[in-house]
Amino acid sequence: MGSEAAGAPRDAAADGSAASPVDATPDTPPLPDIARREPGGWLVPAAAFVLLCALPIVVAPYTLDLVLRIAVYAIFALSLELLVGAVGLVSLGHAAFLGIGAYAAVLGSGDDGAPLIPLLLLSVGAAAAYALAVGALSLRTRGVYFIMVTLAFAQMAFFVVHDTRAGGGSDGIFLNAKPVLRIGATTLLDLGQRLPFFYTVLAALAATYAFLALLLASRFGHALGGIRVNETRMRAAGFSTYLYKLAAFVIAGALAGLAGFLLAVKDAAVNPELLAWNQSGVVLLMIILGGIGSLRGAVIGACAFTLLTELFQSDALLGPLAAHWQLSLGIAIIVFVAVLPKGLIGIGARWRSLVRG
Amino acid sequence: MVDATAAAAHPAATIAARPAALVRAFGLGRRFGGLAAVDGVSIDLRVGEIHAVIGTNGAGKSTLVNLLSGELAPSEGRVYIGDADVTRWPQPRRARAGLGRSYQRTTIFPEFSVLENCRLAAQARRPRPWRLWEDAAGDATGIRDANAALASAGLASDARRIAGTLSHGAKRQLEIAMCLATAPRALLLDEPLAGMGAEESARMLELLAALRPTHAILLVEHDMDAVFRIADRITVMVDGRVIASDVPDSIRADRSVQEAYLGEDGAPTLAAGAAALPPEGARPALGRPGARPAPP
Repeated sequence: MGSEAAGAPRDAAADGSAASPVDATPDTPPLPDIARREPGGWLVPAAAFVLLCALPIVVAPYTLDLVLRIAVYAIFALSLELLVGAVGLVSLGHAAFLGIGAYAAVLGSGDDGAPLIPLLLLSVGAAAAYALAVGALSLRTRGVYFIMVTLAFAQMAFFVVHDTRAGGGSDGIFLNAKPVLRIGATTLLDLGQRLPFFYTVLAALAATYAFLALLLASRFGHALGGIRVNETRMRAAGFSTYLYKLAAFVIAGALAGLAGFLLAVKDAAVNPELLAWNQSGVVLLMIILGGIGSLRGAVIGACAFTLLTELFQSDALLGPLAAHWQLSLGIAIIVFVAVLPKGLIGIGARWRSLVRG
Repeated sequence: MVDATAAAAHPAATIAARPAALVRAFGLGRRFGGLAAVDGVSIDLRVGEIHAVIGTNGAGKSTLVNLLSGELAPSEGRVYIGDADVTRWPQPRRARAGLGRSYQRTTIFPEFSVLENCRLAAQARRPRPWRLWEDAAGDATGIRDANAALASAGLASDARRIAGTLSHGAKRQLEIAMCLATAPRALLLDEPLAGMGAEESARMLELLAALRPTHAILLVEHDMDAVFRIADRITVMVDGRVIASDVPDSIRADRSVQEAYLGEDGAPTLAAGAAALPPEGARPALGRPGARPAPP
């Protein structure tokens, strides 16, 4: 992530510093933010992407739908990882942005559907706008107060959606026509079709991942890391940390809005549960399960959580226990967190330390 | 208007031989509830001078630093950097205007490399956060500034180490290096010698002496030996007030300082040049009212 390109030679930039007369260590490459260094660089996510692209050839439609759900939740988890992992801001209201993105997609498309690009911009823009308002107020608080304030704003959004007629109240509403990308009379992309939609979601996931990896490696990302580790020092150095955190909060909200848009198109329906506080808890659990501080962890966590949910809900596998899937899921998560405190992403390191004793 | 009146009221402003003040504070006060941690303090910092502030625990020294750096808003009084009234400026803006500071408790990024600590600090000068496509690790100017700062702080050979693994003394040096990487004109140093051994202290004092010609330095310090050796001016604080502010020789001879600062039991005096307080390591870190208020 921050350093996924770390394998590449440090090129002219590092040489420029070597020319400095005071530089006592001319060949020292700048060390990246250690916490975010991951093995394999870009190769691992790129390989995973190629494999996912080939998936429709081999798997059944039901499995493809499961993969879609995982991909959408991976985007959602990545957006929260930017806040929790990179900046150290634990938000318990992230579902609000997912839900607002989803509702904007359905309300904006009306009865006859809407063109893809404006509808997407509406979804992402609505989520970003709410994130700007929530962030501007909540970022004045810290720690447990920040958690509570974000939760309160999400609950506000939940009840507004739940109690107003426009969004269909507690039943939610259906998406009558899925968005289409047209130029003139030619249809370039119809999200109502299974495969084009599948590849659109994959492209969105890849774009989100690449965008966040670039962001974290940039000066902006490094400044966010500095804020996570020691905000006092960042302010003393001259960073207006509030603005940095607000920018990160809005970007995270916008990406959650993207996930909401895709979720609404996938399910062709929305309901207030999308904004409920347990949804915010689920996405937080995903990144904890995968491993906080890693983009890969967020994707793996979304995958693992969704699969565990499927597993424990399966009558065929678990019989009567499936009715109590939340209990088994809870126990499984407690076990995972206890055994793998750094998340699934830390499984290799954990294994090595166990083997070495 | 306020500026002119206040400057005239301040006696130091009339001494012509000294360079113009870079940082000035007039009648600075800060109350926490009923307690006045800092009360009517006027102080100025000039390039080429090390201005030490001494006083017992709880005298308000750290609060004064926080008021000057902008971490705390003053209840009364004004702060200037050059001619600009910065009283209402938040800390980051004052920092960008050239006010660097170190903390009583080491404040670095322990999990980053030493170089990244300084590069990140240097980045504050040219943040350009919107350039998301540029890799921070390839930030040539930032790395150059960072290396220069590390070299002047004597840490060049540790650039690649993880900051958290440095010795205590080296961490304090790193904190100064991070200040220098932001190219400050004034340095506010809150007990930079705290917890340091003799050798490390000597190195730090050398560094401060080397920085003196180009920086205005405020030095809060408990080590009396060091203060009387290096300071050009000394301000003595008791219970949030300034009781004396003068050159070291005059402070040494000042009776009110001896009484107020050392008590009346005839214990070691400042005049004797001995350290009036126990060594740094022996001092308790807690129990300093007003010394470490929460950041804003």
